[in-house]
Amino acid sequence: MYEFDWSSIRPGLPFLWTGMKTTLYITVTAMVAGVALGTVLAVLRMSKSRLLAWMSAAYVNAFRSIPLIMVLLWFFLLMPALIERLLNVPRHADTRLTSALVAFSLFQAAYYAEIIRAGIQSVAAGQQGAALALGMSNGQAMRIVILPQAFRNMAPLLLTQTIILFQDTSLVYVSALADFFGVASIIGTRDGRQVELYLFAGAVYFLVCFALSSLVKRWQDRLKGHA
Amino acid sequence: MITIRNVSLVYPNGFQALKDCSTSVEKGEVIVVCGPSGSGKSTLIKCVNGLEAFQQGEITVDGISVGDPKTNLPRLRSRVGMVFQHFELFPHMTIIDNLTTAQVNVLGRTKEEAIERGYKLLDRVGLRAHAPKHPGQLSGGQQQRVAIARALCMDPICMLFDEPTSALDPEMINEVLDVMVELAREGMTMMCVTHEMGFARKVAHRVIFMDQGQIIEDDKKEQFFGSPRSERAQQFLSKILSH
Repeated sequence: MYEFDWSSIRPGLPFLWTGMKTTLYITVTAMVAGVALGTVLAVLRMSKSRLLAWMSAAYVNAFRSIPLIMVLLWFFLLMPALIERLLNVPRHADTRLTSALVAFSLFQAAYYAEIIRAGIQSVAAGQQGAALALGMSNGQAMRIVILPQAFRNMAPLLLTQTIILFQDTSLVYVSALADFFGVASIIGTRDGRQVELYLFAGAVYFLVCFALSSLVKRWQDRLKGHA
Repeated sequence: MITIRNVSLVYPNGFQALKDCSTSVEKGEVIVVCGPSGSGKSTLIKCVNGLEAFQQGEITVDGISVGDPKTNLPRLRSRVGMVFQHFELFPHMTIIDNLTTAQVNVLGRTKEEAIERGYKLLDRVGLRAHAPKHPGQLSGGQQQRVAIARALCMDPICMLFDEPTSALDPEMINEVLDVMVELAREGMTMMCVTHEMGFARKVAHRVIFMDQGQIIEDDKKEQFFGSPRSERAQQFLSKILSH
């Protein structure tokens, strides 16, 4: 019978916390960059220009059809060469975090874009008509009237997608980046207590995601109540 | 003020919404546009400020061509007030913000000027006390009065009404019509799509009757209610005036 030994966890907490900070840093950066790029993609997708709409659709479909882990690996392998070219930084510089940030942002943008597009379409067409009738340009109508309503409608969905992102950040494991999961793995291997550390890490992921999901659910119910 | 010459509009699905429509609205004139649903009334009025794009013909407002690609449409629209069937207040803004946003962002007024103007018009429609509320907290009639005030904040040269009372409960129709009657009596140039024949009798100068995308009648009010020439208009009138 396996004997559990949790004694590695307490002394490992400060190290685990630095890992969690990396995880949160990647999550928040990819969320902010992803929502910004996703908004641009969503607006382009609905643009009157066929070419722009096609390019946006191609981007979204491409990223949604490739496993995230491959995107991460590509950027992990490509980034050093790219940065060396562009910024003249020596090749051995640590680009793991940068490549992870870029990969997650670009990947998430494709998913956010679809949510945001649905959110924009959920705002009644009459609202745009009213904004234009007041003399607003298309851009003003989008910025002042449509996007604020769209974001309010889709905030729960965006947050749900961000919860998925929070879990997916553990995939940076492939580049040996010390995120929360990576740190748990390092401590577990070092002390020969992988089972305990992975259970602990799993419990933390569960608690964070479950708490956020409950929050989203309450938020959604409240939005429904208002409608 | 508004001239509409031989305007035709075909939707991408092939439906011809307007067929060779021509009419005009003089400064200070109040025109009522009526007709059965699907006759093109709303489409016609939306062409006047370019919310619908027509393929043939020409519309000018204050001498400016609406269909001309060189026309600065936002600028033209900022001078033409429009009121919609479903109010279309911005639900994420307070009432006073609804009244000021276009003044600030389109006309370039200062926030203070815009607020002052906003309150003046809220006074006029009797809703000053509701300024800090959101549209969802107001009744339909109140929302539509706010929508009229919002359009008036821009100091429009003419006003377009697209079935302003048809989404309202019966007891709220009059409070909106009262505002419109007052506006008409002050000499505002108005083009109103409406079935409110009482309103038409009271303030309209001319009545346009449309059916199947065409203007069938374009008469002085007295003639329209006295003896419309077309059988279709007579039928329509007998149907909506029989109760």
